[in-house]
This record gives sequence, structure tokens and C-alpha cells, in this order.
Amino acid sequence: MSGFAQNTFNGLVSGAFYALLALGLAVIFGMLRVVNFAHGAFYMLGAFGAYVLLSEAGVPFWAALVIMPVGLGLLGMALERAVIHRLTKLDPLYNFLLTFGLTLILQDLVKLRYGVQSSPYETPSLLSGSVNFGLFDFPTYRVFILGFAVLLCVAVWWVLTRTRIGMVVRASTERPDLTRAFGIDVGRWVTPVFGFGIGLAGLAGVLAAPMRAVNPLMGADLIIVVFAVVVIGGLGSIFGSVAAGFGIGLVQAWGEAYLSNFPLVSQTIVFVVMAGVLLWRPAGLFGREEAPA
Amino acid sequence: MTNTVDTPTDASRSTPPSGLIAVARAPGWVRYALLAVGLAVAAWLPNGLYPAVAVDILCWALFAVAVDLLLGFTGLMSFGHAAFWGTSAYVTGLVAIHAGLPFPLAVLAGALAAAVLAVPIGYLAVKRTGIYFAMVTLAFAQMVYYVANEWRSVTQGENGLQGVPRELFGLDLTDDYFFYYAILPIVLLGLAAAWRIVHSPFGRVLVGIRDNPARARALGYPVHRYKLTAFVLSGFIAGLGGGLFAVGHRFVSLDVLHWTTSGKAVIVVVLGGIGTLWGGVLGAALVVRLEDWLSFSGFEAIGLVTGGIFVLVVVLFRRGIWGSVAALAHRLAARRR
Repeated sequence: MSGFAQNTFNGLVSGAFYALLALGLAVIFGMLRVVNFAHGAFYMLGAFGAYVLLSEAGVPFWAALVIMPVGLGLLGMALERAVIHRLTKLDPLYNFLLTFGLTLILQDLVKLRYGVQSSPYETPSLLSGSVNFGLFDFPTYRVFILGFAVLLCVAVWWVLTRTRIGMVVRASTERPDLTRAFGIDVGRWVTPVFGFGIGLAGLAGVLAAPMRAVNPLMGADLIIVVFAVVVIGGLGSIFGSVAAGFGIGLVQAWGEAYLSNFPLVSQTIVFVVMAGVLLWRPAGLFGREEAPA
Repeated sequence: MTNTVDTPTDASRSTPPSGLIAVARAPGWVRYALLAVGLAVAAWLPNGLYPAVAVDILCWALFAVAVDLLLGFTGLMSFGHAAFWGTSAYVTGLVAIHAGLPFPLAVLAGALAAAVLAVPIGYLAVKRTGIYFAMVTLAFAQMVYYVANEWRSVTQGENGLQGVPRELFGLDLTDDYFFYYAILPIVLLGLAAAWRIVHSPFGRVLVGIRDNPARARALGYPVHRYKLTAFVLSGFIAGLGGGLFAVGHRFVSLDVLHWTTSGKAVIVVVLGGIGTLWGGVLGAALVVRLEDWLSFSGFEAIGLVTGGIFVLVVVLFRRGIWGSVAALAHRLAARRR
């Protein structure tokens, strides 16, 4: 039983990363119709930035947790203004390709400067050790990540459903044309929302730094799993992305634990789930059928 | 359709018809002249380049044409075609190593394996369109990557398959120069097959589906089945290229299945010109040559350059090289008329 709790907990923690990344992808897609391939690269930049800040400037984790998301969010806004903006009227495929190109560039820039070796990042002292929950001990840092991510998702949900900004974002996500017809300037929100999504990816990166190996390729494989997550949850659905993120984290952790004799299964279980969802509900668990082109 | 070629908005959609229409409308002698030039260049290539690079260009030309068959003529961007290129490379390598068959048969086995793999992946992927299709193919390709990575007893994991033989009835093909001419007919056959598919009634239906899926469905065409057939054919042609690539390098590494390989294939097509089979061949030649030149000059961050070129192409030059040339020629011809 304690093993099960352990695995469930670990699944939720890795699910938190999927959820944060998928959430950012979903709001960006909603506003801009851009599937941001570079999302994984920004996650990597978040982690790498935290590492560089600590090792070269002595900036602690807590400061990095603010600096990196804000900095990357601004960089994302600049990118949106500079290039992505030019392509938003075109087929989304071009944005996909553009952000793929950006991914290669960002990865190689980091690789040129820091090599492909993994860099260590120490857990902040406040969060080292473990927390005891009755029968089980959980690493404090992971408990923190889980709490933080859940809090963040709830906060985003609150903003989306209870504020005027959220109303605009949701309305433009579902029907940009109709929203515009109501006299709301959808274009005004595009850049900040893009920056926000990138900021979330950067934040996830900083959170990952003490836990995962920090290296230029850390976002590359993750982003593909996140794509599978959003296909499962339904890319149009913000709630679906988050729910599928946590769900896939759990499924993966359980697969790893109980099917450990089949390493293949634990690696590919996400894609097997995706295949099943495509058979059963092609639009994703929480998505709606896209309007015919 | 005829006068949309010149408007930038149309050329910037995912499926610009410009290249296809323009080339198809070129007078017969222009097409024959182009074909003759192309064949002459193909016959001369290993004399002007390192033969090993020329071999890579041939393989990548097949890969690009396979991707363009979907992207340009069916309106489906597969971002997971490395699955077929790589699967064929592995199967070809394994067959060549363990059965010692002549390499064309090993490559055929590889391409057939890729086509078989394309059936389930395509069946699931064509349930989605556009960007979702890209993500689904990408995800399944990553699954294939993991399988190859974990199935070490067969694929040798990260070490890769070493020593893929180049057997052809005892002919000495160790020299890349001769090997180039040995595979040239196979590649030309593959390209001709792609051309034949595109210009057949079947290909016309694909273009019809690309331009207006709802209309095609209303006309009674089983859209999913057409897309799936195109996907499997494309997987076969990509597999043909991947198998030859494996024999050409006498080595198969996990790279052949990596998602960057899928991405590179799409880059090559966009650079050459979506919807123009020639463009894919041209794009393959340029990208392979560029990468070889970069790695030869000791530059480590190849992705920086290819990624940069890619961003520029997508932002400024969406018609690609062949698409731009074809559109220009079309405009000149229209003015003369």
C-alpha cells in the first residue's frame, strides 16, 4: 500500500510538469492558434537559466523562480511581436514549423555555450529533507512542486473563469470571430497571453532544475509527451490539458511501477493511451470536434 | 484556381497549389527539357560532389518526395515520418546483416515493413487533421523511437547496427562512387512512382481532398481511406529512402528515428517548395550539402544554421525555391499571353 501511495505521489508530481506545460500550450493555442513547438525549449531555458543564475551570479532558487518566468515571458512577447505575429493569419502549420526552427536554434545556442553534459542544481535548503504524512515520507521538494502546481492551476482557472481578462481569453479561445464582433479587441490580448504561456513553461523549467538533469535536450523529449497529453485531453480545452497532464503522469508512474518487467511499456504507455483515445474520441477526452475546414 | 497563383495570401497557405499548377501547365518541351536537365545532373552528381554526399542526397530526395506526397498533395503534414525512414533503415540493416540478401531486396523488405507500420499509424492519424495530425504522427514516431531504443537485443540500442553489408551478387560496391550508380535506378523508380501517383486519378482525388475535404466527402469519396492509402504509399517511399540510407552508411543509428529527422524532412520540403515534387529533390540536395559542408568545416551547432534557415524560409519564403521559380515562370508566361 505504501508503495502504491509512493507511486501515485510521484505520478502526480511528474503530472504537474505535464499539466503546467500543457496549460501553457493550451492558452497559447486558444489565443493564437499556434501550437508552440518551442515550449519544451523554453522549459529547458527556464531550468538552464536557474542553473546559470545560481552558478554564475549566486542568485538563489527563490529569486530564479520569479526572474526566469518573467524574463522568458518577456522574451516570448518579443518573439511573438517579431516573428510569430506575422504568421498568425496563415495555416497553423507554418507556426508549428517556425517554432520547430526556433527550438533547434535555442537548443544549439545553449549547447554551444554549455555543452551537452547535465549540470547539477541543488535543492534549496528550505525544501530539502522530507515530509512525513502518517505512514509515508515524501521528499519536501516534490510536495512543494505538487502544491505549487496545483495552486497555479487553480489560480489560472480562477482568473479564466472569474475575471474579465479570463472572460476575454476564454471567449477568444472558443470563438475569436464572435468575440471580435462584440467589440472586444482580441489582438490586444494575444501578446500577453503568449508571454504568459511561455512564462509558465519557464516556471516549470525552474521547478524541474533541482529534480531533473539540467541539459540542453531536457525539453525536447518532454514536449513530445506533452503533445500526446494535449491530444488526449483535447488541445482546445484548457481543463482537458491539465486533467490529462495529471492523468498521464499517474498512468506513467503506475506503468513504471507495476509493469517494470516491460520497460518498453512504461516508456510508450502515453502513446498507447493516445491511440486508444483517438479510436474512442478522436477530438480528445475533453475536446470538441473541430469545425470542418 | 488559375489566377490565385500570384496572390501572396494563397501561396502562404499550407497547401499552395502554385507549383503543381504551374509545372503542369508548362509546355511539354519545357517539362521534357527540365527532366533531361534533372537526369543529367543526377548522372553527373558523384563527379562533382563527394560520392557519399551524393548518395545521401538521393536517399533524402526520396524522403522529401514521400513527405511532400502528403504535405503538398493531400494537405497532411506528417511530423513523424522518421518512423518509416528509420524502421526501414533498421529492417533493411537487419535483413542485410542476418540474411545476406542482395541490397535491393533488403531495401524492399525495409520499405515494405515501413508501409506495414504506416497502416495502423495512418489509420489512427487520419482521424485528425491539420496541426493535430502533425502532433499525432510525431507522438507515434516517438513511440517507435522508444521501441528501437529499448529493444536492444535486436537494435543494439544506442550502439546502432554496425556493418550493414552492401551485397549485390558479388559486385564490389564498397566505393561510394559505384554505389551511387547502383542505387540511382531504384531512386528514379521511386521518384517516378511518386510522380505517377500525383498525376493519376487517385492523385487528383487527393488534391481534391486537400482543397476541400467536405466537397470530396459530399461527392462520395471515402476521404479517410484515400488519406490512409496516401499515407501508406508515402511510408513506403520514405522507407525506400531509409533503407538505401542504411546500406549507404553501412550503419544504422537511433538518429534515423529521432523527431529531428522528421522535422528535417519537412524543412527540406518547405525549402524546396510544398506541392512540387522537384522542389523536394532540390531541397534535399541543398540541405544535405549544407550539413555536410558545416560538419566538414568543424562547425558544431548545425541545428543553429538549419533552424535559422528554416525560420527565414517560413517567415519570408514560404513558396520555397521551386515554388517561387514556378510562380515566376507562370507569371511571365501569363504576361506574354
